[in-house]
Order: sequence, then structure tokens, then C-alpha cells
Amino acid sequence: MRSPLKDRTAIAGIGQTVFGKGLPDSELALACRAIKLALEDAGIDAKEVDGLVSYSMQTAEEDEVSSALGLGDLTFFSRLPAGGGGSAGTICHAALGVATGQADVVVAYRSRKRSSRASRVWMQTDERVDRPREMWTRPWGVVRPVDELALFMRRYMQQYGATREHLANIAVAFRAHANRNPAAFMHSRPMSREEYMAARWISDPLCLFDCCLETDGAMAAVIVSAERAKDLKQKPVYIHAVAQGVVSESATMANFFSEDPLHTQAHACAKSLWRQSDIQPADIDVAQMYDAFTPEIFFCLEAYGFCKRGEGAAFTENGNITLGGKLPLNTSGGGLSEVYLHGFNMIVEGVKQMRGTSTAQVPDAESCFVCASDLNPTGAFVLRR
Amino acid sequence: MAVSILLPATEEPDSAPFWAAAREGRFVVQKCGQCGRLRFPPRPNCRACQSSEHNWVAMSGNGRIWSFAVAHKPVLPAFEPYAPFPIVIVALEEEPRLRIAGNVLTAPGAAINSVDVAMLKIDQRVKVSFEKVADDVSLPRWVLVK
Repeated sequence: MRSPLKDRTAIAGIGQTVFGKGLPDSELALACRAIKLALEDAGIDAKEVDGLVSYSMQTAEEDEVSSALGLGDLTFFSRLPAGGGGSAGTICHAALGVATGQADVVVAYRSRKRSSRASRVWMQTDERVDRPREMWTRPWGVVRPVDELALFMRRYMQQYGATREHLANIAVAFRAHANRNPAAFMHSRPMSREEYMAARWISDPLCLFDCCLETDGAMAAVIVSAERAKDLKQKPVYIHAVAQGVVSESATMANFFSEDPLHTQAHACAKSLWRQSDIQPADIDVAQMYDAFTPEIFFCLEAYGFCKRGEGAAFTENGNITLGGKLPLNTSGGGLSEVYLHGFNMIVEGVKQMRGTSTAQVPDAESCFVCASDLNPTGAFVLRR
Repeated sequence: MAVSILLPATEEPDSAPFWAAAREGRFVVQKCGQCGRLRFPPRPNCRACQSSEHNWVAMSGNGRIWSFAVAHKPVLPAFEPYAPFPIVIVALEEEPRLRIAGNVLTAPGAAINSVDVAMLKIDQRVKVSFEKVADDVSLPRWVLVK
């Protein structure tokens, strides 16, 4: 299919703050710092920004960011739902906004300051739950996202023969990538397979190292037309194809009530993405997949067609997902070991891979796949040099 | 932050009949008034024929464990005395594509951590048992069938 969006827009700038726990700055201050850095990286003045895209579960809102940074008049803005399901969708919306002339310079951003235990979302649930996801899970103690994932994972193990060794493949590979990345929260903390296996349970079959970090920080990306990008400071990284998806009858996280619960949200997104993309799964050189919890990697590998259904666990064997392997994944360390910003670091790392500046650079990488959480209304895109 | 376990709102229009039946010890689901398809959790329309006509019909209360996990700390304060405790997804016997989250018990009224988790298996048979946890809330839980 000839997609009217194909290669029409590019990511021209990226920015990131330091990552840590209990950073003193507000979410707004962190957002502004990341956006300022991204604009400097691109060589674009703040006054030129006329579009902002973000997603749910953050406090730094469009007008506040715009006022604080002295951005221009905004003519395009959107905010995606579902936390980690939103990340990649910001690039989809930014590309749509620029390609259709709604704005010329769109900034996508994420700021998150939720590393303290008291700020965990699941700790703040009301005592009476009335929405379907919560009403049919929470009263019995299925309260944390990790509990929902653990229930999926046990079923997946039974259905497809996956084991904890496969989960370890993911956690250990991403930690090794983080160990190469000086900005990563886990940069100086190597992790062996034995350490993974000895970690405490959070929701059996998932242990501590199956769960993402809880960190503060912010990141931003600047999206402009492909023509404009050619005249800017950085080598353009083209947005080749974008897509969003929600599978019929699926539910956010607690997708236990559909005909086939392991038919995750990403299946709808994948169909749309690969129909629009000249670059197909077998052509992808490197990928960044949302990893709030290790099992999501199996689900994404399968849903996006990097392997067949039920083969996601086996795909992680033989070093396939580490640098030098068949499909290096989450080369910055991902949400498990670089930073947890609801998946925005997948976007920034994808750009670095296409620029050739990643700390775990895949030699001569020409294309990068990026996706959001596939257990929520989701999004994905393909970048190329 | 919640101090009790998280209770369902029992007066929401779509789901109130379920909780009313639960108070009487019956596990009911919606049956489409037009095409007869069963559905759960409660929804305003049938996804097969879009009809909003429906009746509430009683299930046998028999099911099988579709999946399970074991929740360890940190958990909400109300669950802390029981952690680690198993959580399950149960598929209903009459229509296995209808599922509900729950707890497994050794016997009606037993604690949510009464089962030896090493004994749990997917596809194990369970039987519903209602436990009154508030004036308006009787929660379905699941007793392992020997």
C-alpha cells in the first residue's frame, strides 16, 4: 500500500535529562529541560514549536510547557491514553500533524517523577472500584500491573513451553546493554543469570528483575518535515511508517475476558504497520520494544511478526536479542535497565541507532522498529536512515 | 490509599444484577435476548449482534483454573497478612471463554492463602463459594475440587 505518510517526516532532535530516583526538579522542569535539549540538538528555536504531543499519567501539560519555554502559538496537540501504550503513538501523531500541515515543528515528550513508593499508581486505587478492568480483578488481590502480567505469563508458559530461562534471557541481555550506556540507571550494575534466578518474587512466575525500574527523568523528540530535516544540524532520521492498534474485544492490561487473551493489542497495530511499510520484519536491523515487564517482549516479537505465535520465548535463545545477535533489542537497556519513562526511551534510542551514536550501536543499522506496550491501546513505527 | 480490600461498586447499572445475585449466592451472567450468546463481564451490548436485550442466567458455579500467579509483598495493606497468596483466573464450565479473576481456597470460608501453591495447576477444577465481605458485597471465590 502506498502510504501518504511514508518518509514524509523525520525526527530531527532528541533530548534527555539525567535519570534517577527522587530527582529534586518538578515534572514540568524536567520536561522543559528535555525539550530545550532536543531543540538545541535539532538547531530549532523554541518560538518555532507549534505542536506538542504527550501521553497520559504525567502532570506537565501543554500550556504549562509552552508558557515555561516560550514556545510559539500551538496549532496541533494530542495526548494519548494508557500510559506505556502511548509512547510510540506520540511519533505517529507528530508525523500525522506535520505531514498534514497542522504544524511545522512538533515536540513529543515524556516527563515522569514517580520513583517514590507512595506514588505508585496501584497504591492509590479507590476502595470502591467501578470500571470493568478493576471491578473484575481488584477485589481478589489482582491489584498491581505485575499481577496481571504474571497471570498471562503462567498461561503462556503452559501453552508454549516457555520457562524462567527465557525471561532471564531478556533481563540479562538488556542489563548488558545498559552496562554500555553511561546514562543508564543500571550502568554500573552488571547482572548475571544466577543473580536473576535468585531475585525475590514479586508475582510468581515474575521476579524483581522481570519488572522495570522506577525512575525519574524526561525525554523529548522534535519532528519536522523530511525536507526541513535535511537542512538541520543532525542527520535526518526518517519516520518510514506509523500505526496504532486496539484488538477487538481486548481490554487494557487485564485482557482476561476475550476469546483469546494472548491475542494482544499489538496484533491490530502490526497489521496496519506492515501494510504501510516497505521495510518488513525480516529487514529490520534493530528494535526497541516496550518492556515494563519481560513477558511483553515475547508478545511483541510474536505480534509484530518477528517470529510465529508461541515462538517468542525461543526467539530469545542463542543471543539473538543481544548486540551482535539476529535482532538486537532495547540497546540502551530499555525500561528494565536504562530508565522507565513509559517507553519514551525506546524512541530516543531508535533515533540514536539510526544516527550511529548508540552506546550499543548495531553496525550499519539502516532500520529500527519501535513499539509501545502491547497490553494497552498501542502504537509502533519504523525508522530509517 | 485504600485500607480495606478493594470492593466492587455494586450499584453500577451494567453490573448491579450480578452483585444482587451474588448476595443470594448465585453466579449469574448475561445472555443475549436476541442471539442467545452468553457474556461476562457484564456489558451493555452483545458483541455478536449488538443487541442490548438480555437476561441474567445462573451458571453452575463450576470452573477450571485458566491461569494462576502468587502475589508477594509489596501488596496493599489489607492483603499483607495473607501474602504470599495465590490469585487465579477461572474459566466457567458452561462457556470457558467466560473468565473471572478470583482466589482459591481449601474450603468455603477459608483464607485466601489457605491453598499450598505448589499444588496449583492450570485446568484444575474449582467450585464457586460466596463470601460476604460487606453488607452489599458477596465475593465469589473458588474452592478446589478434590
